[in-house]
Amino acid sequence: MATIFVVVAGACGSDDDAASSSTDVAATADSITLVTYDSFPEADTSLNDALAEFSADTGIDVEILVAGDTGTMLSKAALTAGNPEGDVMWGIDNTLLSRAITDDVFEPYLAAPITDGSVDIDPAFLDLVPNGEATPVDYGDVCVNYDLAWFAERDLEPPTTFADLVDPAYAGQLVVQNPATSSPGLAFLLATIHEYGLEGWQDYWSQLGANGVEVVDGWTEAYYERFTWAGGGPTPMVVSYGSSPPAEVIFADPARNDAPTGVIEDTCFRQVEFAGVLRGTDAPDAARQLIDFLVSDRFQRELALNLFVYPTNAAVDLPQEFIDFAVVPESSRAIDPAVIDAERSRWIDEWTELVLG
Amino acid sequence: MDGAGARVNRLPRRLLIALAVGPTVGLAVFYVWPFVTLVVEAVDATVIADTLGRSSTWEVVWFTAWQAVVSTVMTIAVGMAPAYVLARYDFRGRSVLVGLLTAMFVLPTVVMGAAILALLPDSLDRTVWAVIGAHVVFNLAVVVRVVGSLWEHLPTDMEAAAATLGASRWKVATQISAPLVRPAVTAAATIVFLFTFTSYGVIRILAAPGTRTIEVEVWRRATQLGDIGAAAVLALLQLVVLIAIVSWSTVAQRRHAQAIGLEPTSARRRPQTVGERRFVTLIAGSAVLVAGAPLVALVVRSFSTPTGWSTAAWTGLGRTEIRPGIRVGVDPVEAVVNSLGNALWATSFAVVIGASASLAIVGAGRAGRALDGGLMLPLATSAVTIGFGMLITFDTSPVDWRASWWLVPVGHALIAVPFVVRTCVGVLRSVDPAMGTAAATLGASSIRAWWATLVPYLWRPLAVGAALAAAISLGEFGATSFLSRSGGETMPIAIEQLLGRTGSILQAQGFVLATLLAATTVILVVVVERLRPTEAERAER
Repeated sequence: MATIFVVVAGACGSDDDAASSSTDVAATADSITLVTYDSFPEADTSLNDALAEFSADTGIDVEILVAGDTGTMLSKAALTAGNPEGDVMWGIDNTLLSRAITDDVFEPYLAAPITDGSVDIDPAFLDLVPNGEATPVDYGDVCVNYDLAWFAERDLEPPTTFADLVDPAYAGQLVVQNPATSSPGLAFLLATIHEYGLEGWQDYWSQLGANGVEVVDGWTEAYYERFTWAGGGPTPMVVSYGSSPPAEVIFADPARNDAPTGVIEDTCFRQVEFAGVLRGTDAPDAARQLIDFLVSDRFQRELALNLFVYPTNAAVDLPQEFIDFAVVPESSRAIDPAVIDAERSRWIDEWTELVLG
Repeated sequence: MDGAGARVNRLPRRLLIALAVGPTVGLAVFYVWPFVTLVVEAVDATVIADTLGRSSTWEVVWFTAWQAVVSTVMTIAVGMAPAYVLARYDFRGRSVLVGLLTAMFVLPTVVMGAAILALLPDSLDRTVWAVIGAHVVFNLAVVVRVVGSLWEHLPTDMEAAAATLGASRWKVATQISAPLVRPAVTAAATIVFLFTFTSYGVIRILAAPGTRTIEVEVWRRATQLGDIGAAAVLALLQLVVLIAIVSWSTVAQRRHAQAIGLEPTSARRRPQTVGERRFVTLIAGSAVLVAGAPLVALVVRSFSTPTGWSTAAWTGLGRTEIRPGIRVGVDPVEAVVNSLGNALWATSFAVVIGASASLAIVGAGRAGRALDGGLMLPLATSAVTIGFGMLITFDTSPVDWRASWWLVPVGHALIAVPFVVRTCVGVLRSVDPAMGTAAATLGASSIRAWWATLVPYLWRPLAVGAALAAAISLGEFGATSFLSRSGGETMPIAIEQLLGRTGSILQAQGFVLATLLAATTVILVVVVERLRPTEAERAER
């Protein structure tokens, strides 16, 4: 089975009293499906433990359904809008949110703990969903990462700007994601549009193409299969997250106390991810309860070390490795969501012609 | 079915209607309606203008056309020699070679893509030459069968006469043989062109991400970009091109048709001179190599890892973890289960619908021919168009069937029914109507006479049809790529996704699935060939 039922951990000690307040839900023994992207762990992590606690407390089993990369996941959701593949979707980001809203993918719902003020959240995130279409659950920056050791071995200074990336000295060293199928891929494309403007980005990408940029469909493939550091692949630079370096420290085996990868801060683009109730779900109550849980302290504190994103819940403390190694650029790039919405499909089309065509 | 016998045997109208209603309703709901929806969705002047005005549209059309032309020319060029050798000579292993070429033709497109991927060196992977190579290997059987069947029955006396009169071998070949086989070559070229023009699975597996035929572009626009309008326009554009080509080919074949007395029996003989023996060995050997090497490569790659030979991909099928807890989102084992379930249902649907349609077609006159033609339509429409049409039609209540488990098997059945009908109708038509008359004379009611004389002949062609339907369902990729939902991936879908990844264990698992699917298909084809009445049996009847 590709999908894993998160087993209700009966013996698991719950540290809050949610269980008693929702016994009526437990009696119905609901099972709901969380549709998510392929870098979301299906089992065996503390994030899954948190979901198991939710199940134990509420009696709602959470089944995880991996639907590919974010762009693919949204395309499927758009084609199945109203008759969804699951009940809750995790991971639509600000670059794709407007498409999800236009295609009527979500049943508008903003987590109750945010509405009633019990969870504190940066109002800038809420501005992205003025009608409560979905709930902001995490954020981060999409940036070019590089393998420090690879560059050190070659006595090559890692690039620091977009302009450097088209320098022949860095030919064939960058792998990016297809913006049509991947959300970091789209974010990176938007970052280049932000840098070079509506008229200049095409030329920049022609140069990137000439400099041997590699394109794959998704982040998981790019990072875990092509990147020299994480995947043993041939490519020392990859479009990933500002928070990828701490991940490498945390998972280092043997342990290490410095990050093996670096971030080109100039390339960072701000990404906010949302969770929403899928329109047409047959368990809307259970779906809303899960959304509420997704912004709770219990779940949000697991995000940093499992998905390498920052929690939107402002009360959650970050792990020390994150504070030490994650890069939060002084000014992250952003483009007005309305502009993204109006131009996205034309940009992707043009990009496809230019880079893949 | 003319003459007194037919009239005596005419079935009650009510029974005929009862037989025809299932196939007709099925066709109307699952083919005509989605198709009309697609047209209606697309008939919007601005979308048409936008799509046709985009230069990328014409680049895609151009690429689709030229790769199809090159593939067709290469297939004919490569296929003529084996077609000649197989038509004119008897030699040991001849039937094995015919079987091998046929097996290649019925292999699922993704398996063929995988096999070529396995065979070619990395430098040729993801190039248009890999695609064309796959198309050639795939379609060799078309040339061998279509051209060969004419060649086999072509009288040899004209060639012999020319040779006696002093014409060189080359002159005989170009002046005598070539004009005679030309209609068959045109027919074969048309078929190959149609297959390669609508190529989808091979391109998805083998070509670089930016390489797009119209078929791939329909899929990409609809599912990746959410651009339903442009996808529909492209699907219709493709249909227009296909209709134009089929019409042209029909006209061309008629114009070049020549009255030649075909020999009823084949003119095959054993190669006699040393030169002939060498020629036959060379050609047959090369054909075996071209068709067999990709299959061997497929199996080999399923056992190879960067660190050497290993059965890890076979024994660990389903372990698709990249990092603890993180999987690729497609489970090979589940895909096998899904495919088997789909094939079971698709075969059941196709057999029931195909059997009642065949009986109705044989029993009814003009209306029967209309039903026959109608049921062939899905075969002429690209699978991608069918899947796409179904997806955008069955999306609103009360026909919101997108999540229904039976939608994928129904799509497969739609494509499989024509094969069941073709195998059954031929056999049923050849049943001597005198038997029915005899039964009626002996006092049987018309239904009883029908049941006793016609239905018993149905079982064997139905078994053949069922095997074909199962093979089609297991390998179907175009419609399934629209209709399957997350967690419901079939083997071809899983193969495409696994081979698209770079992790060696994932790739090996993709090759394992492709090997399994290839083996299953070949077994089904062998079953079909065994069950088919031989020429001798046919003559007897």
